[in-house]
Amino acid sequence: MTTQSILLDDLERDALTELVNIGVSRAAANLRKMVGEQVLLSVPAVEVVTREGATTLIRERESGELVAVRQDFAGVFSGRALLIFPQSNSMALVHAVTGGALSVADAADMEDEALAETGNVVLNSCLATMANMLQRPLTMSLPEVIRGDGSKLFHLSPETSDGGVVLFLYINFAVNDRDIRGYIAMLMDLPSLHALKGLIADFIERVVGDA
Amino acid sequence: MGTTVLIVDDSKLARIVLGKTIAALQPDWTRVEAGNADEAIAAFDAQAIDVAVLDYNMPGRDGLALAEELRERFPTMPIAVATANVQDEIISRARAANATFIAKPVTEEGMRGFLSGAALRLRSAAQ
Repeated sequence: MTTQSILLDDLERDALTELVNIGVSRAAANLRKMVGEQVLLSVPAVEVVTREGATTLIRERESGELVAVRQDFAGVFSGRALLIFPQSNSMALVHAVTGGALSVADAADMEDEALAETGNVVLNSCLATMANMLQRPLTMSLPEVIRGDGSKLFHLSPETSDGGVVLFLYINFAVNDRDIRGYIAMLMDLPSLHALKGLIADFIERVVGDA
Repeated sequence: MGTTVLIVDDSKLARIVLGKTIAALQPDWTRVEAGNADEAIAAFDAQAIDVAVLDYNMPGRDGLALAEELRERFPTMPIAVATANVQDEIISRARAANATFIAKPVTEEGMRGFLSGAALRLRSAAQ
């Protein structure tokens, strides 16, 4: 028996995946408006893993340096949302969202700002959609651009006493016809997962009702 | 002959929500479910289906690929593709397959137009 199956039953896990799917689909539609090309999404993966496990999941796919836009969210449940992509894709994304309007030097100067704004739009539309469906407000921190490997990206602070287990949700995305791809990821620690479990049960009750 | 609608979504919860919404709007319709595109094709091989509502983002073939495949086989069947992914390319691909686009989360309001249009088309085809 895995930790995951203890924490979420099949229908709760299904409901969470569907919530994330709807959230990232909205986010992709907004990212599409920014980059002017279709954004392709994978089906979300929902796992309960240690932080090291989350790091490993990304590292298995990405050996190089990563850049991420990070926003922490807080409310009945709290955690961290990340838009992650290989550092080598970063400038291509900046060019895509600025529509080629900037010179190479200006684009380089604008890199972090453009990344932060892109992350802000994508992560907010995803989280706001989920918050609306769960009928609980979430507050979002300002976006912050970080660079490094998975362990730096997924280090939630302050350190909790849950043995480092987190709910880890991730989706691959790619921008059609451009060399841009990455991940939208969310991490929540165990107290948040328990709160989220309650909200998911309420959500299921609301949408399923007496069906 | 009654009307049978096939609901295709990898999420059981989404199938429940779609089924409940359809039941509220078209209580006489028979609802059958499939969890992916292959199961959907098997359902079409096994029985007569009049209307199909497809999720877009599914493991295996997505709902648009399935819609295109079904359209070849059933030129006039009412088909809807449900997704929160309101990108122009997705909406226009749905349109090209002559499938109706339905926004997720699915509501009775969002489904009403498609279902009543489908009911009308099926009635006039039967005459």
